[in-house]
Amino acid sequence: MNPTQPVPTLDIQGLKITLPGTARPVLDGVDLTVRAGETVALVGESGSGKSLTSRSALRLLPPGAVVEGAVRVGGEDVLAMDADRLCGVRAGSVAMVFQDPRAAVNPLRRIGDFLTESVTLTGATSRTDATARAVELLGAVGLDESVLRKYPGQVSGGMLQRVVIAAALMGDPVLLLADEPTTALDVTSQAEVIALLATLRERFGTGLLFVTHDLDLAAAISDRVHVMYAGRIVETGPAEDLFARPRHPYTAALLASTPRMEGPRGRLAAIEGQPPDLREPLHGCAFATRCPLATEVCDQRAPLPAAAPGRPEHRAACHHSDLLEGSAVDA
Amino acid sequence: MSFVRFAVRRVAEMAATLLTASFVVFGAMYLAPGSPASFLLAGRSASPEALAAINAQYHLDDPFLVRYFRWLGGVLQGDFGRSITYRTDVSRLLADRLPVTLLLITMALALVVAVGLFLGRIAAVRGGAADSAVLVTTTFAVGTPSFAAAVLLQGLFAVRLGWFPSSGSGEGLGDMLWHLTLPAIALALYLTGMLARVTRSAMLEALDSEHVTVARSRGVPERQVIRRHVLRNSLGTVLTTGGLIVSTLLVCTILVETAFGIGGIGQLLELSTTTKDFPTVQAVSLIIVALFMAVNLVVDLLLPLVDPRVTLGSRKAAA
Amino acid sequence: MTAVLTRRPGLARIRATGSPLHLLCLGLVAAVVLAALFAPLLVPYDPNAVDLGNALAGPSAAHPLGVDAAGRDTLSRLLLGARTSLLGPLGVVVFSTVAGIAVGTAAAWRGGWVDSVLSRSTELVFAFPGMLLAILIISVYGEGLLAPVIALAVAYLPYVSRLTRSLVLAERARPYVSAYQVQGHSAVQICLRHILPNIAPVVLAQSTINFGYALMDLAGLSFLGLGVPALTPDWGRMVFDGQTAIQHGYPLSAILPCAFMVLTVVAFNVVGERWADRVARRDR
Repeated sequence: MNPTQPVPTLDIQGLKITLPGTARPVLDGVDLTVRAGETVALVGESGSGKSLTSRSALRLLPPGAVVEGAVRVGGEDVLAMDADRLCGVRAGSVAMVFQDPRAAVNPLRRIGDFLTESVTLTGATSRTDATARAVELLGAVGLDESVLRKYPGQVSGGMLQRVVIAAALMGDPVLLLADEPTTALDVTSQAEVIALLATLRERFGTGLLFVTHDLDLAAAISDRVHVMYAGRIVETGPAEDLFARPRHPYTAALLASTPRMEGPRGRLAAIEGQPPDLREPLHGCAFATRCPLATEVCDQRAPLPAAAPGRPEHRAACHHSDLLEGSAVDA
Repeated sequence: MSFVRFAVRRVAEMAATLLTASFVVFGAMYLAPGSPASFLLAGRSASPEALAAINAQYHLDDPFLVRYFRWLGGVLQGDFGRSITYRTDVSRLLADRLPVTLLLITMALALVVAVGLFLGRIAAVRGGAADSAVLVTTTFAVGTPSFAAAVLLQGLFAVRLGWFPSSGSGEGLGDMLWHLTLPAIALALYLTGMLARVTRSAMLEALDSEHVTVARSRGVPERQVIRRHVLRNSLGTVLTTGGLIVSTLLVCTILVETAFGIGGIGQLLELSTTTKDFPTVQAVSLIIVALFMAVNLVVDLLLPLVDPRVTLGSRKAAA
Repeated sequence: MTAVLTRRPGLARIRATGSPLHLLCLGLVAAVVLAALFAPLLVPYDPNAVDLGNALAGPSAAHPLGVDAAGRDTLSRLLLGARTSLLGPLGVVVFSTVAGIAVGTAAAWRGGWVDSVLSRSTELVFAFPGMLLAILIISVYGEGLLAPVIALAVAYLPYVSRLTRSLVLAERARPYVSAYQVQGHSAVQICLRHILPNIAPVVLAQSTINFGYALMDLAGLSFLGLGVPALTPDWGRMVFDGQTAIQHGYPLSAILPCAFMVLTVVAFNVVGERWADRVARRDR
């Protein structure tokens, strides 16, 4: 690795995915990077394409998907790999923590089997080494080795999500994808799992791509945030910048619709209207129909991402970014 | 509930149902019009001696329940009474004929399991043209009565082509296997189609589950995903059809043995029904019911071992 | 217990709406039913007219499908055979449906001991495969069509009553039922006028599926010589009669009824499955 220009852990360039029977791409020119050891949040409503984006790092694509662009993990394009190499990447450098641990773990096999199967079946590790590693990781997520002999039905949802996290770490990944890892859990387990992910990321030095619809959570744990809407990245930037001074009306609206403990009480500003239908083509900005700032240009031309003046890291795809500057919550 | 307690309870339940079934099988005789003695003689020479023999053998002067328990006591010791047509102990007839039937059923069962699982797996995993081909084939397989299959196979492979013998069960194991090949295929056809469909839909359901995607996302090779997660998870559903498969085999063997002139207990049941040899009918019926219930019991006991989610005593979670 | 139809699994693809196979099967069902209805007008010969001199002759202008070992015209026997071959299963299905609905509704509505007696006896009947029960009854009452039809109806009854029971239980929990009860409608009134029409499509779809099974079972009994009486034209019986001819290399008179049976059963299965599927989709 070149020390002056480190290769990003995950580098998605111009990813465009089209599914059969739709009028526009589900993902349309997504650019996203996760550097080594960095936590990046990907925020959006359900259906915005955030899960698909994270899954593309494992080439987990729906059947019939047509893909353009590149998804590089450690410099290697995942989309162009042969099946063997892909299995190697999936078992090793990239791992995913799924939304619902109850659905993610085969209920008919012992937890020990689940933990060790990826590394032993790809031939990366011997059975004994894999079990030793599993015990060590179970310790790291706060479980003891008696869990190995249990079936998923015999442990709680929170415990099972810890198992899923331990399983994700089995192959020493450089990149961890977490797809709403807390939505299926109760509130106390949620906080524990988040804290655990943060600790583990630090301890093992992995990059983390955290997919969520929860802005506050994203702000709390991530270094950088990408906001997605209708298959496009609409805004990206360092977490504090983005939340303090959003440059895209969608981000601003999301912030306004989030309930807060501090700040004035009152009606929450729900975003009016519906996200665009996949069956209809899009000509201009995807958010135009719901945007208070929309003008004629928004319907005609899709805005390109542009950096904020003086903050090259903070980019937004909006024709009217400058109108928003400094007015976070009253958009 | 511990497994042992569950097993004991299931065995007791089966014994109770079997007891009721034996009562039905025994009592059926008394539904017939006329006196039991005339029914048992069924138009045969009703000489006073014969009548007295029947009366003595069946203790027809005793109360009904006494007769039932005497018969049941005999059955439990392997004494099914005497056959009226063959003038010999029914238990000897059974001992002579049961092995052929069991061999035939085992052969058919092996075919059903091997071909049915194979076709179901191909249809579910490959999809597309393979799936359509399996669906069309199995549509016809489940619409073909086993005796029709027997007659068609016999006409083509035994009579026209002469590849297999057209009837009889042969001498010695090799010859028997050769004689029983066509009958086993005829017997297996319907159930192969059924099992292929059950396997196909169970596997499709398993393939659809999130944990399969998760296993793939973790780099588990596709063959292993199919084996460890898809096949493994459809096992419970496939297993629950075990009782149905065996009972269908037992019933259809009556037709197939008759079609191919095989001297098993199926043919015995057909012959004894036509000749109104009621003690034999009773014995064969009871054996068929008992075999069917034994298989169901085994399935019930295996299910919790295959599927840890099955709370002992219910089959609901099997999937 | 949930409302699950007992059916041949996995027909989804074949049942696709408007698929050519489904239309073909619908046409086949109609053709077989029409043939059975109008058989006496259509048949070219008396099905029992024996012509030994002409025995086992192949197809000819006079006998388009040949004749059997006794010189009887196969086409005439096939057409008339459709009557008994369809009438028997119809009897089984009608009886098991009517009785099954009555028993299932009673068990669901009354609950308590009625329900537990029902579920115990259901288990017992499940232990006796339909054919075995029929053979047992035939061995007592002698051959004929009535005894096996009743026996099979009894054997099929639990499938219908179990389904009905779970459907009625689900229906009973809906608010409109208590509304009628409060207004003083009697249980029988509510069941007959409101619950039955609501559950009927599901139960009838199950019965259509049972039709194919009953046809195969009854044909099997006739094949054993235990079903219809000797001279009655019937597909199962025709196979029984044609067996010896097969051994001598004249398979036509036995193979044709087999083919008719397979096509009829497949047609009824596909149509019944599709109906069941549509009903299930409507309920969802």
